[in-house]
Amino acid sequence: MKISRRQMLVLLPAAAVAWRSVLAGTPEQAPNYNKSEHWWGLLIDIPKCIGCGNCVRACQAENDLPDGFFRTWVERYHVSDEDMTNPQVISPDGGKEGFPVAKEDAGKYFFVPKMCNHCSDSPCTQVCPVGATFVTPDGVVLVDQSYCLGCAYCVQACPYGCRYIHPEKKVADKCTLCYHRITKGLTTACCESCPTGARQLVDLKNPNDPIHEFLKTHSVQVLKPQMATGAKAYYNGLDGSVR
Amino acid sequence: MNVFKDAGHLFRFAGLFVLAFLVFLIVRGFVVPRSFGQYGHYRGNAISDIAAKPVKFAGHEACESCHTDVLDVKKAGKHAHVNCEACHGPLAKHADDPTAMTPVKPDTAVLCARCHTATAAKPKGFPQVDPEEHSSGVPCGTCHQPHSPAIDAGGAK
Repeated sequence: MKISRRQMLVLLPAAAVAWRSVLAGTPEQAPNYNKSEHWWGLLIDIPKCIGCGNCVRACQAENDLPDGFFRTWVERYHVSDEDMTNPQVISPDGGKEGFPVAKEDAGKYFFVPKMCNHCSDSPCTQVCPVGATFVTPDGVVLVDQSYCLGCAYCVQACPYGCRYIHPEKKVADKCTLCYHRITKGLTTACCESCPTGARQLVDLKNPNDPIHEFLKTHSVQVLKPQMATGAKAYYNGLDGSVR
Repeated sequence: MNVFKDAGHLFRFAGLFVLAFLVFLIVRGFVVPRSFGQYGHYRGNAISDIAAKPVKFAGHEACESCHTDVLDVKKAGKHAHVNCEACHGPLAKHADDPTAMTPVKPDTAVLCARCHTATAAKPKGFPQVDPEEHSSGVPCGTCHQPHSPAIDAGGAK
């Protein structure tokens, strides 16, 4: 094929433009979503949780998780009257299929759903040696699985035990706060499937979000506040024995 | 006096360093992704890669846009705030193309018990029964309409 000088002059800039768009990568998938307008968190309302395990099953279905690995799980606490600081905690298969029936006795029972706290000063992102995990501009802690080495520093660094090494991909895996859903205007899979509203996605930058009124009028805690992680999973009615 | 007279070997060595640095810069330019550093010390495109994953749960608004009859029944009952896919499971495929996938009706004997089996660990105000004592194995759906379950509220089948 012979290309004239005129054709060459047209083709070269066209190829350059095409190559630029290749280098730029995939375009933003949610065109109406502006990262700077959101700051995501989660409200977990302990008195509403019934320990049905819907959130755990929904998370596994939404994110194709391998068996025995959890991005969210539910724990059942049993605190006896005599020993308040040593609660008995169970989480059979992450609470996926519910819990054994508990009989009324001395002490109290309650369920605590756990997941990534999407910390704003997250220890897990600070230890990553290659920049494979990070806090997004909208406050979600994510893992770039094509960049992760699988060194597991972050797994050790998370004070909440929310990360694991994926058994097949051999890279760090964790809750994404259903980033592929919240950027499309949906709520997370766990919140969508919670039958009692014990889990609610909150946007702290949205002045109309009911979370602001809720935080003003309720006793809300985060897990391990002494770690100064800037955790954004807000627990309402959290018992002091929860670790 | 020329101070550089006998310094040729140093210049050659320095040249090697400059060359190695240039090679390093060129290789670095190729291996570091374009979007690295766009928002911080990470690959900026990782965010849109993760956001591009397909959803499995369609969300209750998608269900309600077609199944308005069920929505009306549900709104009047105690399950008004239970989202469709909490019981029916992930159905984005059905929402995208209703003919592509027909949802299977959940077995009420298993489904209802997950939430309503009595145990001391559940909040006291939550309606709970001992399934054996309550219906001795008869599926809940025999008497209760799952979308509006209270029998005295006209929810019975």
